[in-house]
Amino acid sequence: MSARGKAGLSWRAWTLAGALLVIWAVFFTATGGTFASARNLALLARQMSVTALLAVGMVLVIVTGEIDLSVGAMSGLLGAVATIATVKAGWPLAAALASALVLGAALGLAQGTIVARMRVPSFIVTLGGMLVFQGTLLGITGGISISPGDAFLRIGQAYLGKAAGWAIAGALAAALLLVPARASGTSRGRRVALAAAILAFTALMNAYAGIPLPVLLLAAVAAAFSTIANHTAFGRRLYAIGGNREAALYSGVSIERNVAGVFTLMGLLCGVAGVVLTARVGSATSDAGRLMELDAIAAAVIGGTSLLGGRGTVWGALLGALVMASLDNGMSLMNTEPYWQPILKGTILVAAVAADVAGRRPAR
Amino acid sequence: MALLELRGITKDFPGVRALDAVDLDLEPGQIHALCGENGAGKSTLIRILSGYYPGGTSEGTIRLRGEVVRFAGIAEAERRGVAVIAQELALVPDLSVAENLMLGREPVRRGFIQWDRLRAAARDALARVGADFDVDRPVRSLGVGQQQLVEIARALDKRADILVLDEPTASLGERDAQRLLGLLRGLAAKNVAAIYVSHRLEEVFAIADRITVLRDGRAVASAPAGDWTPARVVAAMVGRPVSTMYPRPDPPRGAESFSVEGWRVADPDRPGRFALDGVSFSVRAGEILGIGGLMGSGRTALLASLFGAARARVSGTLRVAGRERRAPFRAPSEAIASGVALVSEDRKRYGLVPGASVLENLTLPTLRSFVRGVLLDDDARAEAARRPVEALSIRTPSLAARVADLSGGTQQKVVIGKWLLAKPRILLLDEPTRGIDVGGKAEIHEIICRLASEGAAIVLVSSDLPELLALSRRVIVLKQGRPAAHLEGPSATPEALVAAATGSA
Repeated sequence: MSARGKAGLSWRAWTLAGALLVIWAVFFTATGGTFASARNLALLARQMSVTALLAVGMVLVIVTGEIDLSVGAMSGLLGAVATIATVKAGWPLAAALASALVLGAALGLAQGTIVARMRVPSFIVTLGGMLVFQGTLLGITGGISISPGDAFLRIGQAYLGKAAGWAIAGALAAALLLVPARASGTSRGRRVALAAAILAFTALMNAYAGIPLPVLLLAAVAAAFSTIANHTAFGRRLYAIGGNREAALYSGVSIERNVAGVFTLMGLLCGVAGVVLTARVGSATSDAGRLMELDAIAAAVIGGTSLLGGRGTVWGALLGALVMASLDNGMSLMNTEPYWQPILKGTILVAAVAADVAGRRPAR
Repeated sequence: MALLELRGITKDFPGVRALDAVDLDLEPGQIHALCGENGAGKSTLIRILSGYYPGGTSEGTIRLRGEVVRFAGIAEAERRGVAVIAQELALVPDLSVAENLMLGREPVRRGFIQWDRLRAAARDALARVGADFDVDRPVRSLGVGQQQLVEIARALDKRADILVLDEPTASLGERDAQRLLGLLRGLAAKNVAAIYVSHRLEEVFAIADRITVLRDGRAVASAPAGDWTPARVVAAMVGRPVSTMYPRPDPPRGAESFSVEGWRVADPDRPGRFALDGVSFSVRAGEILGIGGLMGSGRTALLASLFGAARARVSGTLRVAGRERRAPFRAPSEAIASGVALVSEDRKRYGLVPGASVLENLTLPTLRSFVRGVLLDDDARAEAARRPVEALSIRTPSLAARVADLSGGTQQKVVIGKWLLAKPRILLLDEPTRGIDVGGKAEIHEIICRLASEGAAIVLVSSDLPELLALSRRVIVLKQGRPAAHLEGPSATPEALVAAATGSA
């Protein structure tokens, strides 16, 4: 990871973690402790999973200096495609899920190619894509909601067995603590902290019903995307393109290929998110995923991603998604009128970026 | 009393003194020409005078009509009657001529623009510069010469009595240039004074009442135009002996490494014209070929087009390592794959990702070579990055430091260092020591010579004449996109180079 990333993460991580603690403290007090119950925290983790899946991909898109407004509509569409494939066409579940992923990657590649090759701004391409996907979704569902079978629903609603949870957490913690760190790798202290966090999280989730499957999926996807961002040539090139497009071009980086690539990856992730969304909600509906692109962008930005490109981390986006989901969850628990949720989320979004800008200024 | 009096103007940039105690006087209606090589301090002086560098960021005093002034910004300078007509015109291309002329001063009644009055005022303003084109046309549809007239008209309409013109004819054709000179003479008769910066000596002698020569940030000579000859202006501009402190590269022994023939680059701004035409040369392994010429003479366009980075049609024959290519490189990635590297003149824009670390910048062109399976081998990458850091003595606190936080000279070494890792056979260097202090320059000269002795073929563009002449045994001089001279051996003198570049020979 670059020095910028590390420095940015520490300043960001502290303010963000501080803000999260304040939010949690407020909800804890206001709900008489219900907010911090194991049951509610498991619910919260599951609630954030779809937004967070999209936010994890959105970070890379924004880091490249682009934007994808179509992810909400595309997720809704792909969830419906997988549902229809199992329910109406009778495809086996695996084939139906694969079709959602493949179609997502193809739609992403198509959008990315228009952006990269024809130089149409991504804002426009994906705004158009959003409308097209919304219309298609309405067309294939016919405006009625379609429920997938139990096996499908389990993806969004089941819990990992407690023993299996402990096994996975234990293996990860052991790997972090025992496998020798390489010179350029994560420091010992951070590995210990991460191992402790994994074990604590597992204990918390197991105190209720175990780790929710979508959360496990999210953790795997986030780890994969963080690795792509920091440890692949593709990922580092995305940061270079977003940091200085011309310098990247002059260094021999193919802007076209990498921009098309990041949109393809985002499309693939929309397939995953769409399936989880449909399974969690219990049915494919004609307005599924609507406005989720904005939640994903907000989560990435709250998590420290710069809309100017070149700066952002996957883990920051996860924290951002957690902040957003906490606000939704806490306010529902408090029985606040629902209209307060977007008002508060919007305010927090602007405040987070304002604080970041103010915090960075003296350093420049 | 002088209209304008500059005394002891001094301006420092980190590591460089751009202006050193410059004095300058301007009388009402006088046309005062400023001459000097690239980097002599002309632009800096203009920026101080125009409020671009606000008062207080430089030393010395500016007296306007006898009163000491300190401009807080460009707007205040304009209000006091000093207007700059810059090389990059400050017009909004998609607004009409009338709107541009009256921008910020639109006649308004109850919040609504009064279009009739605005057009009438615009027509009056244009008439004062002898132009009568349709004020409703978008500025984009005008030629460069007409756009310049719009700018001058706007300045005069704001009651400017000092026009500062920075290379106003650089992008004009002969006829437009003559028209502009005529206009300036007419304005001078109406007591509008001008500070005129130009490399074209014939123009300077055609129009100026007084000529001041800047060199290395100092005003080395100032006299009425009648006391000068073109040869004396050139001598004053060059003025210093070629330093013996430059390293002398070994004579090249290698085979031809890189050659172009009939190289031609379309001018993206002027359809049907060429930014570069008829350029041919060949460089041997271990040789440093110099490219001289003024700013805008096509030097940068040449290197960018060789590297596949031109944004215009390029044609001509290109031979790399003895093999003729079917077409010029279409993208930098192609050039890099063939062993060509470019150190751009604008390192912030083309050379570096400023927010990223030294490590990221150094390994960007060679990322693929560190991939093991699908992941990057971070250890190998860090180890590779340490090599140029040591070889070039890149002074950075760590590989993780942001390049934006490093000094200009160190940044430049990072740009060169990233290409060392790519092991180019052909190295294109565009102003490799611009904005770098003396010590840093000497180090970069050493590096250039070392790379040549290791067998790289180098094409060097530099405005620093002693540097260019010391490092390269052969120099091709470009003038307005055409080769103007080929200097070699004893004929390669600063005087000959400046004469060829300015066309005053």
